[in-house]
Amino acid sequence: MSSDRRPLAVTLAPPLFWLLLFFLVPLAVVWAYSFGRNAGLTEIEISGTFANYARTLEPLYLGIFLKSAGVAGLTTLICLVAGFPVALAITFASDRAKTWLLLLVMLPFWTNLLIRTYALIAVLRDEGYVNFTLEWIWARLGSIWTLPPFVPLELLHNNAAVIFGLVYVHLPFMVLPLYSALDRLDRSLIEASLDLGAGQLRTMLRVVVPLALPGIISGIVITFIPALGAYLTPDLLGGPDSQMIANVIERQFKRANDWPFGAALSFILMYLTLIMIAVQAMTEKRKAR
Amino acid sequence: MSLNGPFNRRTMLGALGVAGIGLTFMEAGCSKTAEKAANGEEAKLNFYNWDTYIGKTTLADFKKAAGVDVNMSLFATNDELFAKLKAGNPGFDVVVPSNEFVTRMAEAGLLEELDHSLIPNFKNVDAAFLDPPYDPKRKYSMPYTWLVLGLGYRKSKVDGIPDSWKWVFDSDKYKGRIALLSESADLIRLGAKYKGHSVNGIDQAMIDDIGAMLTKQKPNIKAFHEDNGQDMLLAKDVDIVIEYNGDIAQVMKEDPDLAFVIPREGSLINSDTLVIPKGAPRPKNAHAFINFLLDAQTGKGITETISYPTPNAAVKALMPESYRSNPVIFPPESAMKNCEYGKFEGAEKSSAFETAITKMRAA
Repeated sequence: MSSDRRPLAVTLAPPLFWLLLFFLVPLAVVWAYSFGRNAGLTEIEISGTFANYARTLEPLYLGIFLKSAGVAGLTTLICLVAGFPVALAITFASDRAKTWLLLLVMLPFWTNLLIRTYALIAVLRDEGYVNFTLEWIWARLGSIWTLPPFVPLELLHNNAAVIFGLVYVHLPFMVLPLYSALDRLDRSLIEASLDLGAGQLRTMLRVVVPLALPGIISGIVITFIPALGAYLTPDLLGGPDSQMIANVIERQFKRANDWPFGAALSFILMYLTLIMIAVQAMTEKRKAR
Repeated sequence: MSLNGPFNRRTMLGALGVAGIGLTFMEAGCSKTAEKAANGEEAKLNFYNWDTYIGKTTLADFKKAAGVDVNMSLFATNDELFAKLKAGNPGFDVVVPSNEFVTRMAEAGLLEELDHSLIPNFKNVDAAFLDPPYDPKRKYSMPYTWLVLGLGYRKSKVDGIPDSWKWVFDSDKYKGRIALLSESADLIRLGAKYKGHSVNGIDQAMIDDIGAMLTKQKPNIKAFHEDNGQDMLLAKDVDIVIEYNGDIAQVMKEDPDLAFVIPREGSLINSDTLVIPKGAPRPKNAHAFINFLLDAQTGKGITETISYPTPNAAVKALMPESYRSNPVIFPPESAMKNCEYGKFEGAEKSSAFETAITKMRAA
């Protein structure tokens, strides 16, 4: 028994050490800051105050939290609706095709988020590729009928652009867990359902979806959490109304130089995340029972 | 092929492996330069600068002249610079903060005093920059460039010359074609200028007043930009933006339909400076590098690349007429007389500015 444990300890020790030193310790420092106050330009006094948390509950910041949750929720919903058919299609592909299709889903991860976001700007802007194409078609039609001059669509710098950008970035987070759940599904259950007279849609809703539920829930959780903390996308694609909570946190750490308040805002976000993960774990446990 | 979600153990290990390789490279990079410069310090210098803010050959020329390798990394805002140095200098020898931040960093004890005897090229600096209010007697900083905020605009889309802040702060005439800077302090201060107040000593009532004005104006604004207003103007995303003169001067070279004006109410002047942060590992190299950047020929090379106004009289004398008499780079005295430097007025004030802008953005 004990001879079994030694290799386990040896393999576990380095990652645990890494986790402790570079993740838990810095996180604890920021957590401590959230109970502190600025005592000068560079010093933070950890006074155990709850004032920073009280400030996060002001209607101004609660409103921003709610709005961010709304944006992240809508993003997650669109990812789910768009990702489910994709994941299902991949499970029915041949083994060879599967590998390639999964690779295609993961491919965007190989390019930096910032670069992908700038590419979206080039596509969506007033003189971008979408409007460029539309203008070209408009001009062709204009040679047949008389048309008013082309007005470019306003695709960039609004909330719709932020949602579009977030869906684009987070779709793989949804497709991969959905795929892994659907792939494990026993095909004979679907055949049985169809044989016994249920239609395609009914089979989908009554058989496939309930069986894939754990995958759906973990897809929702791991899409919603990063979308809630999105910061680059609203900054670059958004308009004057697109501020999300992460943008406020960033500005507290930089422009406002108020680290304790920024830390409190981040930890509120962290507590929400932990609650979500706990709820997910509980539902899975109940299912297993 | 089956996956337990995208974060399975193998990808985690892969990511750690990549991080490990990164560390090894950094160590190799550090250990290879053990050569010494003539002054006894390691022949190396860490320079933290803004993007597109150095001459094409400046760093290579310094290597030739002093035998010191300059390793330049970039920051995007003064806040980023401050946040990085706040927790202790991670090894920078020379950094480039703006005026207000020189005061802030000096107050926070983050700067090393300069030894003027090691910077003989200080004599090249224009008399107007020898004793600025943000750093009396140039105790901590040497001037690198200066710049002034104003309105960049597209001539064919704007009526005449938009020489008032009104057109971006308090009017729907250019609805949906306006971009403002996202920097909270700049917005509030320029708003105060529009209301006939100084950029300094703004009280809470005035901040609320400006916040309300901007909230009312918000539906007319297309975007708050992160100092890339010149690109938005060039790409025709907007027709009028708040930007720095040097940035607009750069894009005016590419598109003759663009222009720049300092509104008649006056504006904010900034000056970027060269300083040595506390705990700089190679102060002698740092002084030599600052002196080199103030040299007339070096400065000419930098100015030719970045087209910013230079506070260096010797450099200006070497530049062609097209630069010296460019009204965007050197606005006429009549436009400059109402412009002021923003002062650092304490952390409380910065926080009040930020809250007002967050409130406006969320409204």
